[in-house]
Amino acid sequence: MMKKWIALAMALMLVLPLIALGEQIKGEITIGIYEPASGPNGAGGKQETLGIYYANFVAPTVQLSDGVYKINLVEVDNQSSNDKAPSAAQTLVSAGASIVLGSYGSGVSIAASGIFDDAGLVAIGLSCTNPQVTIGNPLYYRICYLDPFQGTVLANFAKDEFAAKKAYTLAQLGNDYDVGLAYYFTEAFKGLGGDVTGETFPLGTSDFTAYLTSAVNAGAEVIFSPTSTEFASQIITQAAANGVKVPILAGDTWDSSVILDAAKGTDLSVSVSTFFDEGDTSSAAAEFVTGFKAWLNANPDKLANNGGNDIVAAVSALGYDGYMVALEALKKADSADREDIAEIMADVTYTGVTGAIVFGENGDAMRDQAFIKKTNNADGSWIFVKVQSIAK
Amino acid sequence: MSDFIRANLPYLLAGISVGGQYALIAIGYTMVYGILRLINFAHGDIFTVAAFVMVYMNATMPLYISLPLTAAVTVALGFAVERVAYKPLRTAPRMSIMISAIGVSYLLQNLMWYITGGLAKQYPTIPWISSSVTIYTATTKMVTLVTPVLTLLLVILLVQLINHTKIGMAMRAVSKDFETSKLMGIRINQVISVTFIIGSFLAAVGSMLYFSNYTAVTPVSGAMPGLKAFVAAVFGGIGSIPGAVIGAFIIGICENIIKALGLTTFSDAFTFALLIIILIFKPSGLFGEAIYEKV
Repeated sequence: MMKKWIALAMALMLVLPLIALGEQIKGEITIGIYEPASGPNGAGGKQETLGIYYANFVAPTVQLSDGVYKINLVEVDNQSSNDKAPSAAQTLVSAGASIVLGSYGSGVSIAASGIFDDAGLVAIGLSCTNPQVTIGNPLYYRICYLDPFQGTVLANFAKDEFAAKKAYTLAQLGNDYDVGLAYYFTEAFKGLGGDVTGETFPLGTSDFTAYLTSAVNAGAEVIFSPTSTEFASQIITQAAANGVKVPILAGDTWDSSVILDAAKGTDLSVSVSTFFDEGDTSSAAAEFVTGFKAWLNANPDKLANNGGNDIVAAVSALGYDGYMVALEALKKADSADREDIAEIMADVTYTGVTGAIVFGENGDAMRDQAFIKKTNNADGSWIFVKVQSIAK
Repeated sequence: MSDFIRANLPYLLAGISVGGQYALIAIGYTMVYGILRLINFAHGDIFTVAAFVMVYMNATMPLYISLPLTAAVTVALGFAVERVAYKPLRTAPRMSIMISAIGVSYLLQNLMWYITGGLAKQYPTIPWISSSVTIYTATTKMVTLVTPVLTLLLVILLVQLINHTKIGMAMRAVSKDFETSKLMGIRINQVISVTFIIGSFLAAVGSMLYFSNYTAVTPVSGAMPGLKAFVAAVFGGIGSIPGAVIGAFIIGICENIIKALGLTTFSDAFTFALLIIILIFKPSGLFGEAIYEKV
């Protein structure tokens, strides 16, 4: 008898919300999530995806003129791999996505841009910083800053903060992000009168002592290694173990708890440039940080995807902003039609937790400053250093 | 001269240390091949699983329990893989069992993705061997020095086991002729299980040494060392234990010399080019048994 009542109650629980919402929800709009969940960038991709899901949790529906639509998120795994990316992108096109968010990692974004373009589908790059993502792809937009900017910022920082004249760059062979950022850093650093030695390592490398020794032998005063986090923790721990005391600099990918874990207890100086600082006290950012942490802590599997802690990665903030920009676009177009969205996308503006987003040339958001943070090796947290802009 | 040593000693140390770790994995490959004529592709993944087991165990229990327990779990996994994925295929064509090995490898890898979420985990610090030590002018971890010594010690023990015990004799007999040793009353399954147990144990030890040095553990961090250990086993002559060890040290040291020369881009290419050259010019490897046709 008891069982029957429980069954009835459960059935009602399933049906009731439908009745309650039946009148308000007009339909569904699909937003595609094009992110890596596996491969070297899987960890970062998951953190970015978490930001998107949190945004969806905060704003699950969008109001268009003919009613309220529920947002349906469809996720594909591009496996951090340029050759698997096109088929993942195709899945989103076939799933009827109105707009696509992603990806973490520039290479996969470049690889998918043709597919999205053919389908007339607007894509919003969240943290892919390589210029090639948007150049020549009128439908690819981007809400973060670009590598030429980031590389220059870091070169300026190396000169201002460490008075470095000699730098060593370490990038993963064949990775568009690594190699591109190392190139822009090198150009900028040379422009500031410095000297650079650069090396690349193949995928799957775990022994970096040889590279670190080369850096020391080259007399480098700063090591710039814009690699994925998987390699980052190897580089940091091996630098510590081998007594390499040269300050290490990296780009936005290193803004991850993985780096904090690796640097904790060492005497290294590790600094990164990033899109967002957890300690930002502006009201929008603070609200996001509090809400996101609470949401993570309430969901053990989401907490695991964030690396087992509630430190807010900058890419999660970008994921959040990207989703909100997509909602703005839907509202502005007042339609879920790909063509309508493409038409108005360039005019969408939004002030998010990472700052104001206004699309400029090539569909790139106009950003003119980056946050620099360094690791606090005593308790494994980030210390805000400064907001760095480019020396004019 | 002293400048030359100061600049190059770290490369050599890294080479010897990496070589020792490749050797411990390579032994697992070569022993299984010697007996089953099977390349156990899952070996590199067992190596990685051992690292994750250690990471999770160490979170809840002290080191003197988690270390032996990790070895035990790894051995159990190696044993289970053999029983579940290879034993039912004993009479099947060799290709089937090879494909089964590839399947196990992907299964383990994806299970690790699923369970760990894919973010790199920090390997626990094992006291003493994780501490830094300065040799001449180069600073390195103690484990760099411990690895080659421990590797050689384990290999000597293993060779004694194979040459001077009953189970060792059985292993030699099985590797010479599978069918005949069966007729002679050797319990084939028992011998094969022991082989997997020894191989997995060495993989567990190798994993402890390797990840004490390279502390980030991801589901694919065993893939590259596994592959290189396989090349080392082929280079030394697959089936030969001393061959695998020497091959592993040669590959480890050469890789680092190439990096020291500034040809970092080609260090992996070298390893795999070596595999191709060996397969073309001396397929039996440095110490491999000569292949003769039975008439």
